[in-house]
Amino acid sequence: MKVVLDHLTKRFPNRAKGEPDVIAVNDFTFEIPDGKLIGLLGPSGCGKSTCLNLISGLEKPTSGKVWFGDTDVTGLEPENRGVGLVFQNYALYPHLTVRQNIMFPLQNLKGADKLSKEEMLSRAEEAARMVQIEGLMDRKPSQMSGGQQQRVAIARALVKMPRVLLLDEPLSNLDARLRLQTREEIRRIQRETGITTIFVTHDQEEAMSISDQIVVMKLGVLQQIGQPQEVYNDPINLFVAQFLGTPAINTFSGEVKGGQVFIGDEAVLPAPGVPDQKVFVGIRPEGFIPDENGAFSLDLTRIEVMGRDISVVATHPQAQSPSVRAIISSESEVGAASKKVRFSLKPKKVFLFAAESEERIRF
Amino acid sequence: MKNNKLKAWLYLLPAIAFLGIFMVYPLVDVFVYAFQEGFNFASQTYKGVGWHNFSYVLRDPYFLQAIKNTFIIVIITVPASTGLALLISLGLNSIKPLKNLFQTVYFLPYVTNTLAVGLVFMILFKKTAYTDGLVNLIISWFGGEGIDFIDGPYWAKMFVMCFYTVWVVMPFKILILTSALASVNEDYYKAAKIDGTSKSRIFFRITLPMISPMIFYLVITGFIGAFKAYSDEVAIFGTDLNVAGMNTIVGYVYDMLYGDSGGYPSYASAAALILFVIVLTITVINLMVSRKNVHY
Repeated sequence: MKVVLDHLTKRFPNRAKGEPDVIAVNDFTFEIPDGKLIGLLGPSGCGKSTCLNLISGLEKPTSGKVWFGDTDVTGLEPENRGVGLVFQNYALYPHLTVRQNIMFPLQNLKGADKLSKEEMLSRAEEAARMVQIEGLMDRKPSQMSGGQQQRVAIARALVKMPRVLLLDEPLSNLDARLRLQTREEIRRIQRETGITTIFVTHDQEEAMSISDQIVVMKLGVLQQIGQPQEVYNDPINLFVAQFLGTPAINTFSGEVKGGQVFIGDEAVLPAPGVPDQKVFVGIRPEGFIPDENGAFSLDLTRIEVMGRDISVVATHPQAQSPSVRAIISSESEVGAASKKVRFSLKPKKVFLFAAESEERIRF
Repeated sequence: MKNNKLKAWLYLLPAIAFLGIFMVYPLVDVFVYAFQEGFNFASQTYKGVGWHNFSYVLRDPYFLQAIKNTFIIVIITVPASTGLALLISLGLNSIKPLKNLFQTVYFLPYVTNTLAVGLVFMILFKKTAYTDGLVNLIISWFGGEGIDFIDGPYWAKMFVMCFYTVWVVMPFKILILTSALASVNEDYYKAAKIDGTSKSRIFFRITLPMISPMIFYLVITGFIGAFKAYSDEVAIFGTDLNVAGMNTIVGYVYDMLYGDSGGYPSYASAAALILFVIVLTITVINLMVSRKNVHY
């Protein structure tokens, strides 16, 4: 099922009297293709959960429309939209067993959709097999680990065969190892069922690793949509560039003068055709090449060896963050004793942003 | 090590002393009194040891009346007050405007003096030379015949008694239940809404199980409280409850000790022990039921 958001806006009245309304979701327009896994990504409070609630119908938009395929579902109640929602805290009913929890949505069906007891049991069984918890059907949620509870929550959302599956921060309550496992699991389940899936996260690594497309948001405003690698390689503005990637991109304040990018008084890269102006220069950690004759120098703080890679931690007076991090292959040699290290830069890993608007300047 | 043990006992001493003097000693004393036959309060002597006090009390028509009254009050007021409190709490929980005002209004009886409330009930229900009471006025307004609720037929008095008891115990239950309802995580309701769960199913399958521990707590304490009813009866019917036919077990115990026909600590103790056995039995049954039905 294709999901289309059409100029979707949600305002909340401000808690403080007399202040302007809070715009949680501001004029969203995008299309989620059928059968894809989409990651809604942004820092806390950027409106991504509100966006999910608008799609599920738990909240009604102030203006704009939501389409599922060719049907306008904006006015429909959540239960009539055919969505499955997995909550951040799973919201499993603690007094019911796993089987009862999974069957709960089926027992709500009325009229022509009503199922017999056997059908419900077999559907629940099937959903449980899908998430591989068929052995735990008689347990209560409190007798299971976080990862298992998460699977039950997904099974409960899947059992009524939703047209759209929504996941709200599905991994944030799991420990690091489980998180890796579970995100693979979500990817697998989504592939197997082919259900259009939208999940919300503030963790860019999570979003990048399993999504077909990511949607980056900031303060209710949509920033960029695209395939994860595409967005990473070609960010539209400084916010997107800084939000994606671990370690984060290194940002320097610089200047373009006569077709050259200057950081401090070093001309680090040619930028033909860019008019003279103040800029922010973003350099991905992997964009540094150690080079004795390189144009760019950093004050070395320390070197962290991480097996395959070496992480060079340094400082620079023009840097926007206290430390600059460069990741280089462990074969390259950087003297730990030296005070200055020189680098040349990979042009594809360097982005320029206008100092005022923070929009990308392409060159 | 030895020194430590000594210290521990030293620290415990004040509590043990107080509990011993004011809790353990009276309890033991009640047992002793209950089995001393023909105890004379003035000379502090007794004739023998046995079950006579119990058989006397159990054959005393006043005590049998008190047991009957107590059981009627318990059986009517505990379910009625808990049910009503649940309804009101659900209402309070679902409204937004004036919620605090209503919460305060419903809580007022809890902080109001029992005797003052009793007075109000007298004005509502009592027939005097000057007025028939507000309730009777309303009844006659609709063409009914006035009843004397305070000195009239037994069922009328019992009605007032139960009405009063329910009214007095409800605020606390409303307080507990509204906070229990408010503490149910909103996500359960959202999940239920997504799944198209009907209102009644949400209530019976989600809300009720979620607050069931609190409901059982209220039922158990409600039973115990109703079995110990006494002051409410006095507030409405005065101190001579036997004459009014509205005595309770605790009232009977009090009368046996200090009433006009009092001075019989043995009978009072026997009655108190009988009450204790009743309350214990009911509480154990309650706990057994709740263990089966209260989840997690």
